Amino acid sequence: MHDALYNLSATELNRLFVRGQVSAVEIAEAFLARIEAVEPRLHAFLTVTADSAVETARELDAKRAAGEPLGPLAGVPVAVKDNVAVDGVRMTCGSKMLAEYVIPYDATVVRRLKDAGAIIVGKTNMDEFAMGSSGENSAFGTTRNPWDTARVPGGSSSGSAASVAARVVPLAIGSDTGGSIRQPAALTGIVGFKPTYGYVSRYGLAALASSLDQIGPFARDVHDAARLFSIIAGYDPLDSTSADVPAPQPEFPSEPDLKGVRFGMPREYFGEGIDAEVKARLDEAVATLQDLGAEVEECSLPHSKYGLQAYYVILPAEASANLARFDGVRYGHRAKDVADVAEMYVKTRTEGFGHEVKRRIMIGTYVLSSDVYDKYYKKAQQIRTLVARDFDRVFEEFDALITPTSPEVAWPLGERHDDPIRTYAADVCTIPVNLAGLPAVSVPCGFAHGLPVGLQLVGKRFEDSRLLQFAWAYQQVTEFHKVQPPLNTEGGR
Amino acid sequence: MTNGWETVVGLEVHVELATETKVWCGCKNEFGAEPNTNVCPVCLALPGALPVLNERALELIIKAGLALNCQIERVASFHRKNYFYPDLPTGYQITQFDLPLCYDGYVEITKADGTSKRIRIERIHLENDAGKLLHAGDDVAAAHSSLVDFNRAGVPLIEIVTKPDIRSAEEAGLFLNKLRSILKYTGVSDVKMEEGSLRCDINISVRPEGAAEYGTRCELKNVNSVAHMMRAIEYEAARQIDIITAGGVVEQETRSWRNDRGVSVLLRTKEDAEDYRYFPEPDLPPVAVAEELVGKVRASLPELPDAVIERLMGDYGLSRYDASLIATEREYVTWFDEAVELAGAEQAKAVANWQLNELFRIMNERGFGPEQIPVTPNQLAGLLKLIQDGTITGKIAKDVFEKMVDSDLDAATIVKREGLTQVSDEDSLREIARRLVAENPGPVQQWIDGKETVAQWFMGQVMKETRGRANPQVALKLVIEALNEHTAER
Ligand SMILES: [Zn+2]
Repeated sequence: MHDALYNLSATELNRLFVRGQVSAVEIAEAFLARIEAVEPRLHAFLTVTADSAVETARELDAKRAAGEPLGPLAGVPVAVKDNVAVDGVRMTCGSKMLAEYVIPYDATVVRRLKDAGAIIVGKTNMDEFAMGSSGENSAFGTTRNPWDTARVPGGSSSGSAASVAARVVPLAIGSDTGGSIRQPAALTGIVGFKPTYGYVSRYGLAALASSLDQIGPFARDVHDAARLFSIIAGYDPLDSTSADVPAPQPEFPSEPDLKGVRFGMPREYFGEGIDAEVKARLDEAVATLQDLGAEVEECSLPHSKYGLQAYYVILPAEASANLARFDGVRYGHRAKDVADVAEMYVKTRTEGFGHEVKRRIMIGTYVLSSDVYDKYYKKAQQIRTLVARDFDRVFEEFDALITPTSPEVAWPLGERHDDPIRTYAADVCTIPVNLAGLPAVSVPCGFAHGLPVGLQLVGKRFEDSRLLQFAWAYQQVTEFHKVQPPLNTEGGR
Repeated sequence: MTNGWETVVGLEVHVELATETKVWCGCKNEFGAEPNTNVCPVCLALPGALPVLNERALELIIKAGLALNCQIERVASFHRKNYFYPDLPTGYQITQFDLPLCYDGYVEITKADGTSKRIRIERIHLENDAGKLLHAGDDVAAAHSSLVDFNRAGVPLIEIVTKPDIRSAEEAGLFLNKLRSILKYTGVSDVKMEEGSLRCDINISVRPEGAAEYGTRCELKNVNSVAHMMRAIEYEAARQIDIITAGGVVEQETRSWRNDRGVSVLLRTKEDAEDYRYFPEPDLPPVAVAEELVGKVRASLPELPDAVIERLMGDYGLSRYDASLIATEREYVTWFDEAVELAGAEQAKAVANWQLNELFRIMNERGFGPEQIPVTPNQLAGLLKLIQDGTITGKIAKDVFEKMVDSDLDAATIVKREGLTQVSDEDSLREIARRLVAENPGPVQQWIDGKETVAQWFMGQVMKETRGRANPQVALKLVIEALNEHTAER
């Protein structure tokens, strides 16, 4: 029976543990063995916290034996993206800059995971400082897509997505600045959810772009994603951008029913650049939603097409300041053999950061320069306002929006190394959602070219629970999320 | 002094706020702790740590603004000011840019000639302090290594920026002292310059007297006391005047004041000016400053120095200058008020005289701060009573005052113990006067020859014999009587 533990959902694992049908140590050991078996082909983890995972499991077993209350994630293994702080564990952010850095505190979401009884099994691979959408910008090698290990898993939360897709963990934490949860979820055939900006505390998330970053869950079904979301969400006094709202507790009806729910299809998200097969899967998803009683109509978000450009001004600007702390003075990499402080800065940062990070720091530093500030940064903020207003306007009419998560499926490793613009364009459907601070979820909606396709549902601000109910209804009548990737069937145990 | 030149000065004063904790985190704000003990993920800028505004810091800057007659902005919004320096953990300072919390205020200064002048405040904004660098070596360049203490990183600072209204080192000194008083009165800051809780940058230019345009200004950094600031202004004004009179042009520069050498040295020219790439701090969304909060802070303001000055002038007839000296510290005002309360309002001027002359002289000599006033108002009131009823002379009173500094005894006890009671008993004084006249034929002859000051000399001898206890008026009268008797007898 233990061989199959890794196929269970978080909800099922928690139930087994709470009922005493399996011990937490058995769960921890089974999943650690699973990691060991799959990692050579997947490379989803940068650090596996085997010892502390078993230790946590022992404590959980003792608690259960003593009849103490057990949390809603008790006994559930969770992987955490390596830009989210876990006290006493190495945190690299996928960068050489922090290759040996052990962080001395817990992120708020990690604290909440621990309080809920989760077993943290490790830190997952990612594009360096979350800059990228293929995983190839990691300083520690690329995570593979479990559907085809010659292809990218998407990014930047590459390891979190791949590990959930490959049944290495039932749940994982990611971060999403322009699609970094939803896009890899789509490319690996799982559920990835970016909550409303401010719903989940960013305290302990190494900032990429503070006004866009949001932590969110990966799971194989919406029910599990909602469970994880309800634990990590809610007001945190340590994050000034955290909204003063209670943690949501999404509830799901007994039967899927979308009668009277109005979905908008923004035509700008289905235009050129979208793969025909991906488009076909979306059309099928629309039909499924209509079968559930939903009304679907075309709508327009005219400013979204400028979103990409605004994003690639705002993100580098904020990132250039957020990454200034990596200066070699207090922690992380420090260059050797330097004559003075100025040389230490230059050498440390030249050696410690990868190409994409340096490219964005330079762009960000430039767009904030006083002589071009109005032309770039200020203009980008104006576009951002217009993009957000478009959403506000269509949400007067619709309950949620339907778009592809990614206009294409996972591409071959190495294909776009020298083409950052094409890589940036892959996020065209996800970026406007971050600019507007809205919740959006990607759910599997079929296969194109033999690879998973994601359906993105975008909701109203702080109506995350309702959005998850729509996604749940869709999954109740589809089977795509239950299909196992070939890595699993080939790999056995 | 001016030689046809006018000096134009504007100040940027950085003041550490007297909060319990730092401005963006919960670490203690205290001076003198073991290095790097008051630190946390936020003030060390560990990855993922986020700032949260300390409400108390917001209250204190509003308090400063109200005390300095400023308008209060109804939103607190912050920007990042980007630059690399090892004492700045985040690589940017969180500060305010286009919307400072306080603006359009002023400070009234009183000059020694009794005239007053208004120095306008352009803005006051809230930001965080950086850590402290310690160089192993004489200076940065010679140091083979440097250490950083981050206890100060994240301590709340306000920057107070004046308009270029100051015209001399004297005015600048008066302004800074007045500012200090106000900030201390209100509890906004301890304003301990020696602990770096008040630091000052000086913008300074010169122009021919009567000119309408300002000259090119230089900024002097690294000035950390009132005396240094006044010296720096005089030096820099002279430097600029020398350049112009020699036919040169003053370049816009940032210069560093080296007080040990008494010179300013070039730090950077205008061309090298750093671009700080200000942009709105995304980790701190703007927060509304509630009318209620401003009202609450306004209600908590104590009586401020200007009000004290007006009251001491109006109620007791003190001069503006004397009143402003007492008003420099809240402790002085409290002491004055208590002493007047005990001694009676008619003694107010006497209280002020004793406070400004004897008390301040002694405190100055012994290096006492305002919280260490060594004589109680009750002691002074007792002393004044003894003078008033003729028990002791003014001269004796000064000795008694000095003795009170070193004891907790009241004036009457000291006078009694030391036998300092004034001698007004005419019989015994007459006896002394007669004896002195008999014993000093030389001065007596001078008296006969018409030298009237001899009487004063004899009075001095009486005072000496009585160890100052004689009533001087009585002694003089009796000495003249004795001299007249003596000459008449001859
Ligand atoms: Zn701190």
